[in-house]
Amino acid sequence: MNAERELDAPHSTPEQLGKSAKALLARLEPLHASLTPKERLAIPVQEMPSQDPISRRHNMDEVALGYTPEQARVEAMRCLRCKSAPCVKGCPVRIRIPDFVASTAEGNFADAIKIIRENSLLPAVCGRVCPQEIQCQKECTVGKSLKSVDKAVMIGRLERFVADWERENGLQKPPLVKPETGKKVAVVGSGPAGITCAADVRREGHAVTIFEAFHKTGGVMVYGIPEFRLPKRIVENEIGILESMGVTITTDFVVGRTRSLADLMQKDGFHAVFVGSGAGLPKFMNIEGENLVGVFSANEYLTRSNLMRAYDAENADTPIMRARKVAVLGGGNVAMDAARTAVRLGAQEVHLVYRRTEAEMPARVEEVRHAKEEGVIFHILQNAKRLIGDASGHVTAIECLRYELGDPDESGRRRPVEIPGSEFVMPVDAVIVAIGNESNPLISHTTPGLITNRHGNIVTDETGKTSIEGVYAGGDIVLGSATVILAMGQGRRAAAAINQRLAC
Amino acid sequence: MARIMEKKQLSGEVFMIRVHAPLIAQERKAGQFVILQVEPIFGERIPLTIADADPAAGTITLVFQTVGKTTHALAELNEGQDIPHLCGPLGRPTHIEKFGLVVCVGGGIGVAPLHPIAKALKHAGNRLSVIMGARSANLLIFEKEMSALADEIIVCTDDGSRGRKALVTEPLKELCVRPQKPDLVVAIGPPIMMKFCSETTRPFGIPTVVSLNTIMIDGTGMCGGCRVTVGGRTKFVCVDGPEFDGHQVDFDNMMKRLAAYRNHENTAHEKCHLEKELRALRETGAEKT
Ligand SMILES: Cc1cc2nc3c(=O)[nH]c(=O)nc-3n(C[C@H](O)[C@H](O)[C@H](O)COP(=O)(O)OP(=O)(O)OC[C@H]3O[C@@H](n4cnc5c(N)ncnc54)[C@H](O)[C@@H]3O)c2cc1C
Ligand code: SF4
Ligand code: FES
Repeated sequence: MNAERELDAPHSTPEQLGKSAKALLARLEPLHASLTPKERLAIPVQEMPSQDPISRRHNMDEVALGYTPEQARVEAMRCLRCKSAPCVKGCPVRIRIPDFVASTAEGNFADAIKIIRENSLLPAVCGRVCPQEIQCQKECTVGKSLKSVDKAVMIGRLERFVADWERENGLQKPPLVKPETGKKVAVVGSGPAGITCAADVRREGHAVTIFEAFHKTGGVMVYGIPEFRLPKRIVENEIGILESMGVTITTDFVVGRTRSLADLMQKDGFHAVFVGSGAGLPKFMNIEGENLVGVFSANEYLTRSNLMRAYDAENADTPIMRARKVAVLGGGNVAMDAARTAVRLGAQEVHLVYRRTEAEMPARVEEVRHAKEEGVIFHILQNAKRLIGDASGHVTAIECLRYELGDPDESGRRRPVEIPGSEFVMPVDAVIVAIGNESNPLISHTTPGLITNRHGNIVTDETGKTSIEGVYAGGDIVLGSATVILAMGQGRRAAAAINQRLAC
Repeated sequence: MARIMEKKQLSGEVFMIRVHAPLIAQERKAGQFVILQVEPIFGERIPLTIADADPAAGTITLVFQTVGKTTHALAELNEGQDIPHLCGPLGRPTHIEKFGLVVCVGGGIGVAPLHPIAKALKHAGNRLSVIMGARSANLLIFEKEMSALADEIIVCTDDGSRGRKALVTEPLKELCVRPQKPDLVVAIGPPIMMKFCSETTRPFGIPTVVSLNTIMIDGTGMCGGCRVTVGGRTKFVCVDGPEFDGHQVDFDNMMKRLAAYRNHENTAHEKCHLEKELRALRETGAEKT
């Protein structure tokens, strides 16, 4: 696998990468318009400049540093401008990818970002956290011709580049807001679904209030995804734009507790409500020892570190356990984030335990690679059977069981089957459980008439409409644990339905 | 943001504040709590049970003991100043109905969260026996308020400086062996007290409700940091509680989890947490109540 190869390759410094791109661009620029597909396929993939794996183990700063302008242009020149634009079909929000990539190749970054903004509200975020290898880049002809998705045009990196370029040059303009209509819309939750819905509804001139339970806005983007992957200032910048559009943000407000959804509509005069309250309750395994001291949900571990800033032990009041030997259970982005956070908090060994194989890991390929580069030790086809503690109630070890892959299950992935008698003990002093979330029942329990499915997710039609008139929902509370871009897409779709409803 | 309208020092370390929070005042029910943060960026989020509310004035009353950095910082704030973040009401309200004879046991500042529950139980037509205890007389709070509600009140202190020199479990046992057995016991105080109250009532089969005061972060069910084992199952105190059947709660596990940040600290800052939590455990009250 390419990831393996890159692992062995020495780390190229950002300066080296920038320099070789500069030289390459000087050669390609005069030929750009006339390059043949074959010549384009020969242009090397531009590697993402990143912090050195050794030094980044000790800081929370962003790992991926972003392309230089020259790298972005060279990478964009790899695009073949396919007529059928298969990448667009792979993008959940249908960004006009070939067009923005072409503008990027020409160095017209202003046009590029304008094209992206037609469809995406949060490009600086999506460019960083979208699982492009299973979306736009998966469909890319260049990748297909070179027989590896790792060689597709790096659409996400280009998206990030132009979004950063716009922000860093102070060119971001808040979208125009139409004259006030006198109608009021409440948005529950300030994650990507809520932010997007709020912006789109506000644009039509409706008054919008976001209600957020936490003291800070941004949802998972601020409490879950760590600084080293998505700097908080990027999210803060997006929130700032919402505020400049005149969206009211009320933090420390739990809808269903501080005020019921019904009261918001009947007593406070909101004409429509969008629920984007996210996934919520962390799952545990229901195995022996899971409430021992030193066992955390990834949500708790990451919230302490990110939202409460426990990584900054000098300043933060919220403590976080500094364990020596940490096991993380799970194979998604959340598991990678927890493992990489543990590395940064000074763990000597971080073990990632996953029931299936690396091919089935839901985490983004880049996260898996970064985790390995940072020294996270992968244990595949293994799972915790019980957690063992000492007399003080502290976890000291995991009893694991080995697995093998059996027949495919409903999801098409081969089902892991336990190997009887394969138990073994792994000594640890902390365990982080990252096996997913259940939906938070707070709103559905306090809102009679709001229909949910058997997983507790709010049921909507294709426009985001729920079983209650005027109430819409989207994001993880509807999809289960999904992605930023899907949450954003749902926020946008619901906003369109709300705008239509309020227009008449 | 919530303004402090009134502040009173109830004893050396115990404070009462009345805070302007109209929505919470209106919505809250007995048994619920708030989460607050005094320092907006680096501060921690701590839960405090709502001791009383005045919906007309739009205020809620909180009672706390200065045991940690946040409660100390809160005690520094004066009338007219704002608490930067206050969120609630959280948790499930107490189940109130007419049970018959109810014994309310409050330990230390656990009497503060017990007060609104006792009030609601009284309104529902229950007969109330109140047992309140503290280490010594100066740490007894809400005695007057509780006396006003109770049909019978028993005060005890560890050092005998007021009322009986006894732990609350002693009079509790006496009430359990009376011919008219209590129909319900509600015990709120330090974990160890709630544990022994539950052990006291268990042989008599008297339903016993306790209000747990675990460490919390979000208070909305998102982190699982507040989880406890109840009847062999994992429960989240902030959304499934804070009240549980005392006979089902694994108090030993809960107390170990409460002490989690005491054992493996190595940096200077964490040592500060160590001292604060050790102190918290030595005192009668815990942060929540
Ligand atoms: C650690 C981690 C890493 C991830 N990595 C990636 C990644 O790399 N790429 C990717 O695409 N996706 C990733 N995801 C998933 C992605 O973050 C989510 O799918 C997305 O954030 C969902 O957006 P949302 O708007 O539905 O909800 P959220 O982002 O969860 O926001 C919901 C907000 O609503 C608030 N809220 C909840 N209930 C209430 C209430 N009753 N009243 C008021 N406010 C309320 C919450 O406090 C929260 O702020 C990751 C998730 C986690 C946890
Ligand atoms: S939003 Fe995500 S899927 Fe769409 S083009 Fe950008 S990176 Fe690809
Ligand atoms: S405090 Fe986070 S789940 Fe209860």
